[in-house]
Amino acid sequence: MEIINQMELRFLSLPENEAFARVAVSAFAVQLNPTLDVLADIKTAVSEAVTNAIVHGYENETGMIAITSALLDDGMLEVSVSDTGKGIDDIARAMQPFFTTQPEKERSGMGFSVMQTFMDHVTVESAPGRGTTVRMKKRLQEK
Amino acid sequence: MEHERKNDTVTARITGELDHCSAQTIRRELDMMITEPGVRNLVLDLKDMTFMDSSGIGVILGRYRQLRDRGGSVAVKNMNPQVERVFTLSGMRQVIKTM
Ligand SMILES: Nc1ncnc2c1ncn2[C@@H]1O[C@H](COP(=O)(O)OP(=O)(O)OP(=O)(O)O)[C@@H](O)[C@H]1O
Ligand SMILES: [Mg+2]
Repeated sequence: MEIINQMELRFLSLPENEAFARVAVSAFAVQLNPTLDVLADIKTAVSEAVTNAIVHGYENETGMIAITSALLDDGMLEVSVSDTGKGIDDIARAMQPFFTTQPEKERSGMGFSVMQTFMDHVTVESAPGRGTTVRMKKRLQEK
Repeated sequence: MEHERKNDTVTARITGELDHCSAQTIRRELDMMITEPGVRNLVLDLKDMTFMDSSGIGVILGRYRQLRDRGGSVAVKNMNPQVERVFTLSGMRQVIKTM
């Protein structure tokens, strides 16, 4: 697989950047002519990952969020969303539907389920105290 | 937020995007409407809501829990396809009527 285009974004973990980040990634993906439904899926999944970095990763502080995105010659989009925040100790548990550490803030524990449903592939790497990277793939074009 | 009251039901129209950034304001406005004396039911008209993620699930379910505890309900109408997918995935269909 060859990378045909690539981009990187870095921004502060402010809620105002959630819309910016999801629109930027979907605008980047437009080059491979995906359907509107596919673009909506990408926007939603990126919004989940970025929101998690803001509300969980950095919780009561502000840090940097990095997004890298690549278009591959087999018609796939790869996106990774990274923070250097508090990290996740039990990734499998965090990814279960309805698991949340913030029920008092009306979180419902559905973010990872949305990412997994809306993207073709999701993996999470995390280390407590070091941060979290969510990698996602989505097919933009039939082969 | 545009809204309209008829007997014990408030219909509110959410416009734009419902994410973590906008959730706090939308939550506060909806809570003002549903804590008016005599209000038991909330209808959310989502015709002009262009985007929702899991933060929106939290906002809708939070209002649902408050009204349910007072014997009321929440219903939604006019969801766009993206919003409907998030709505269905979250299992909200079981407790929130669509009309
Ligand atoms: N970037 C992150 N850093 C630290 N913890 C995280 C991160 N992302 C997710 N988590 C942990 O994983 C849990 C589940 O995340 P998920 O997005 O599925 O649900 P949520 O954010 O709690 O609720 P919702 O997304 O429905 O508002 C979170 O409650 C949090 O404990
Ligand atoms: Mg989340």
